[in-house]
Amino acid sequence: MISANLSAIFYLISGVLFILALRGLSSPETSRQGNLFGILGMIIAITVTFLSIGNFSTGFIVVLIFILFGGSIGAFIAYRIPMTAMPELVAGFHSLVGLAAVFVAISAFLNPEAFNLGTPGNIKLGSLIEMSIGAAVGAITFSGSVIAFLKLQGIMSGSPITFKGQHFINATILISIIVLIYLLCTTQSSNLFWFLLIISFLIGFLLIIPIGGADMPVVISMLNSYSGWAAAGIGFTLENTALIITGALVGSSGAILSYIMCKGMNRSFFNVILGGFGATEDNNSNLTKEQRPVKSGNADDAAFLMKNASSVIIVPGYGMAVAQAQHALREMVDTLKKNDIKVSYAIHPVAGRMPGHMNVLLAEANVPYDEVFELEEINNDFANADVAFVIGANDVTNPVAKTDPQSPIYGMPVLDVEKCKSVLFVKRSLSPGYAGIDNDLFYKENTLMLFADAKKMTEDITKNL
Amino acid sequence: MEIDPLIFRLSIFILSIFVGYYVVWSVTPSLHTPLMSVTNAISSVIIVGAIIAGLSGGSESVFNTSSIFGFLAIALAAINIFGGFLVTQRMLAMYKKKKKDK
Repeated sequence: MISANLSAIFYLISGVLFILALRGLSSPETSRQGNLFGILGMIIAITVTFLSIGNFSTGFIVVLIFILFGGSIGAFIAYRIPMTAMPELVAGFHSLVGLAAVFVAISAFLNPEAFNLGTPGNIKLGSLIEMSIGAAVGAITFSGSVIAFLKLQGIMSGSPITFKGQHFINATILISIIVLIYLLCTTQSSNLFWFLLIISFLIGFLLIIPIGGADMPVVISMLNSYSGWAAAGIGFTLENTALIITGALVGSSGAILSYIMCKGMNRSFFNVILGGFGATEDNNSNLTKEQRPVKSGNADDAAFLMKNASSVIIVPGYGMAVAQAQHALREMVDTLKKNDIKVSYAIHPVAGRMPGHMNVLLAEANVPYDEVFELEEINNDFANADVAFVIGANDVTNPVAKTDPQSPIYGMPVLDVEKCKSVLFVKRSLSPGYAGIDNDLFYKENTLMLFADAKKMTEDITKNL
Repeated sequence: MEIDPLIFRLSIFILSIFVGYYVVWSVTPSLHTPLMSVTNAISSVIIVGAIIAGLSGGSESVFNTSSIFGFLAIALAAINIFGGFLVTQRMLAMYKKKKKDK
């Protein structure tokens, strides 16, 4: 049994270690060490909790069993999960944090004595407010993440689900959550607590269903943020510094990522959250821009163009992840490099289904990270490059974002692919991208469309090089 | 008059948001996916609360409604802790620099 002051200091240390864990991610060299700091912080927090309770009886063994049980499932998933499934995994993990927060809040509500919060029916007001906020946010995180997971996994359709009066229902529920928390704090009624949890689960579900597949980077970041705020809420209830610090870190981290993702699409946060994007626009744009001529080619033509280039920029997108083409792509690049062709990769902030998705896939395929560039770093280089190889990306290269104020993606930062001497576009068909708009790039003089599966096409090009 | 301890916790909270803000802006965009998985892992420090809940029954009644929720939360948080840190480790191990000799 250690004193409360001593354990508070240890919790502070573990909070600082978590800050260092995030700090380490400022560069890939320091990141591995950062992760170790995080692990160390977690070990300290758990050990101190055991020591401060000082109960090493049957309960302790049961706790260890549950840690080992959960831990082995987690470890198994961590080693088995393919890198292309990272968005689903992260969404799944968010849901677990949310549910854990709800369970801890339920436990604290049922047995407040264990947490020094008063007695059932007579819980300290401050604690009750913190607890119910933590529980509500946790429940929203849980059901929202479950929907995000189902959409990313393809179990549920990625297209937005909208219905009449949706915003009205959502607003009503959000207001009633606030009213319920107020009533709960004045009456301490356990029925209200359960009801609060149920409608919080419901609103999490309703908030995410209208949001479409390509907006998932924002949704995942947002849920990341929520999971942090839920943890912080519970941290206040438990008066635990480590939890408060971590919750604040994770909350602001997710918020910043959401901001970066929204900026990458030139859309406001509310515009994304209200959802339904891309569902309304596509009908009329298809009619106006019908049947323009495109140049399409085969692997042989593509190989010829690239062989005669001196520099190639590769633009990967979600299609590359779907086709699992990253390894084939790297093999193609290896062959290009053997012919003394300079190759670099250009990543748009919202390429893929989560922040940094493309970078991880390229890293998995052994692409050195110093060949991979962000939009601002590389955009001026397109004018000097010979070939742009667009694989699985579409909207993020659409020049209409710069030229047509009527376009739904107007103002979105795009990669200046059209400035290259020639553009190779690997795509399965001419179908418009997620935004539901046609890409002018398809019809440009210097664009060659390669209609095929991304992986197969890349392999064929390599053979022809 | 004494200051309510809540104010101190609130101070920690607000300052941590600022720390988080500056630290996360310095994270390189290529590591945003590991950032998400590691924040996932560290937010599972909520296991601390779950352990307190799980051990709340004392030695006479290990299992009661409150502690069972605690045990479930322990398992969920443990999945996240092990899964989150290990998958982050696995990802970070893949980020390599260009070989100089080529």
